[in-house]
Amino acid sequence: MELRMTDAANSSRSRWLVAHTTAVFAFLYLPIAVLIVYSFNGEGVGGFPPHHWTLDWYRILLSDESIWDSVFNSLKVAFAAMAISLTFGVPAALALDRANFPGKALFRRLVLLPLILPGIITGLSLLMLFNVGFVSTILKLVTGQQLSLLTITLGHGTALISVATTEVFAGLQKLDRRQEEASLDLGANYWQTFWRITVPNLKLSIIGAALLIFTLSMDEIAVSFFLIGRDNTLPLEIWGRLRRGITPEINAISTIIFLFSLVTIVFWYRLRVRGEGGAEVGMELIEAKSGEAK
Amino acid sequence: MAATTPSAIDSVSSAAKPTLLSIRAVAKTFGRNVVLRNISLEIAEGEFLTILGESGSGKTTLLRIIAGFESATSGEVWMGAERLDRKPPYRRRVNTVFQHYALFPHLSVEENVGYGLRVAKRPAAEIAERVAQALEKVRMTAYAKSKPSKISGGQQQRVALARALVNRPQMLLLDEPLSALDANLRRQMQVELKSLQREVGIAFVFVTHDQEEAMVMSDRIALLRSGELEQVATPRDIYSFPATAYAAQFIGHTNLLKGEIRAGMAECNGLRWKTSLPDGPALFSLRPEHIRTGDSGASSSIRVRGRVVHQAFHGATELIRVDCGGLVLTVRTANRIEPDKEIALEFTATDAVPVRESPERT
Repeated sequence: MELRMTDAANSSRSRWLVAHTTAVFAFLYLPIAVLIVYSFNGEGVGGFPPHHWTLDWYRILLSDESIWDSVFNSLKVAFAAMAISLTFGVPAALALDRANFPGKALFRRLVLLPLILPGIITGLSLLMLFNVGFVSTILKLVTGQQLSLLTITLGHGTALISVATTEVFAGLQKLDRRQEEASLDLGANYWQTFWRITVPNLKLSIIGAALLIFTLSMDEIAVSFFLIGRDNTLPLEIWGRLRRGITPEINAISTIIFLFSLVTIVFWYRLRVRGEGGAEVGMELIEAKSGEAK
Repeated sequence: MAATTPSAIDSVSSAAKPTLLSIRAVAKTFGRNVVLRNISLEIAEGEFLTILGESGSGKTTLLRIIAGFESATSGEVWMGAERLDRKPPYRRRVNTVFQHYALFPHLSVEENVGYGLRVAKRPAAEIAERVAQALEKVRMTAYAKSKPSKISGGQQQRVALARALVNRPQMLLLDEPLSALDANLRRQMQVELKSLQREVGIAFVFVTHDQEEAMVMSDRIALLRSGELEQVATPRDIYSFPATAYAAQFIGHTNLLKGEIRAGMAECNGLRWKTSLPDGPALFSLRPEHIRTGDSGASSSIRVRGRVVHQAFHGATELIRVDCGGLVLTVRTANRIEPDKEIALEFTATDAVPVRESPERT
């Protein structure tokens, strides 16, 4: 009798749990589902559920040159930002992990600051910097304009150094230092040890950082908004068009971006599972997602 | 007659073989923490030397100074005519087997073993041949393509050995390499390591906290205590003629007899025997197996009676504790003696080995 009571309590509890979970997931993913459905909706936006399906919006999108220009601009910026932030972020992580120098605590905070700094502040301050006489002169000499994709790239690249540093620093903390000692012991000098032992062990952290930087740069809007020149990035292009009302092509391009992100995340996840035991992978994924959400 | 002084014993090393490594007055401090003080030690070619000590005695630090992962605060390390302590680890003809092996997880067993040869840019054919030989020597050929995470602890141990030995170092350093293995495998590996060392003929410097392991494997033991060398001697000598109270207690069981020497007579807790030591306070180590039960009637014996207070079975022998009126002696016997029994004990004066006090150090 008592047993049955507990069973009943359990099942009602689990029913609540299912309902709660469903509600949370619906809240998270329903908007995306609506977006995807609309991208195939014959009526464009409005008229839910759709009466007839179509690929027209994708066809229109395909011939929309300014959208594709903005996609390529965003890709250019994202790859360049990735290169900049890794070039500076990885050495910073190494310094934080192994060197001892005066002002290390301050250095660490300064490196991590952009992570919590609002994009508006970063964007505004960069804009002010690029307005300074000689900086502006240099920019004009390089690109012919004061603000351009270059300024956006510089903005993203510097703001995202913190992401590269934190990711790689976490990887370094997990690295067994004895491995590097073993390598030195076996006759490899510091440089050989770094390339043959340290980097392969950090491979996952570096790829993780690169993917994260890439996605963050791809959908960045606040900093870009301040630094934009004549060429639009994709988020700004979408934003610009939205001011004239939602158009179905935007749903189509958003669906493509969504699928692209999904593939990226799955790729990264599988890489991690293969590299490690899998137990902590879930946690890492959550961390990364919450980082993206920021 | 206890004529053999500890200092005479210390100098009995493998003097026949030339010195390979010479550690001269090495000290190491981390901040205000003194880890090693004034360590001088010579290691001969082909010798199996064990650095024995408790955790925190500085034994691993000493090994790391030889390997080059730590630099000595003062003192020098020489290998033959070359000064070693100024060289980076990768220029020293010394290889290390790490405590947890430190195999490279992203490389296969054979790539791990070939690592040193690859960075030395040996021809591919030579690398393949030497790696194959090394793997055969440690019986790991079948696992050549495996990743380190897929093989057992004992196998990882063998790979770590092969990875170090394939480079033909002049000396192999081993940092508690057996501590991660279970007791059976450990004993087996002790024998294997010892025979491997005879086979390759290079000097092994082996760090352990396990005195039994040290006794079984070593040509000589360097006993380290709180950063200072307590005694350096063969296992037999360090056991039979411990230099200090600490050495006597750390290696095997012993009875420490504290007493006084006056005019050629030693007196400890009412026991008296003739000695040639100078007058003054004295400390003697008397091994449990040197105390006999019963009364042989020999004139040279020192006799005492006592009551058995404790008895413990140790396989082939038993250890009993006998209360002789304030003095409690541990005695090794071949047969079982029940507690509470009143028994007679005797020992020979020369078996009471004079040892130095081991004052507390911080």
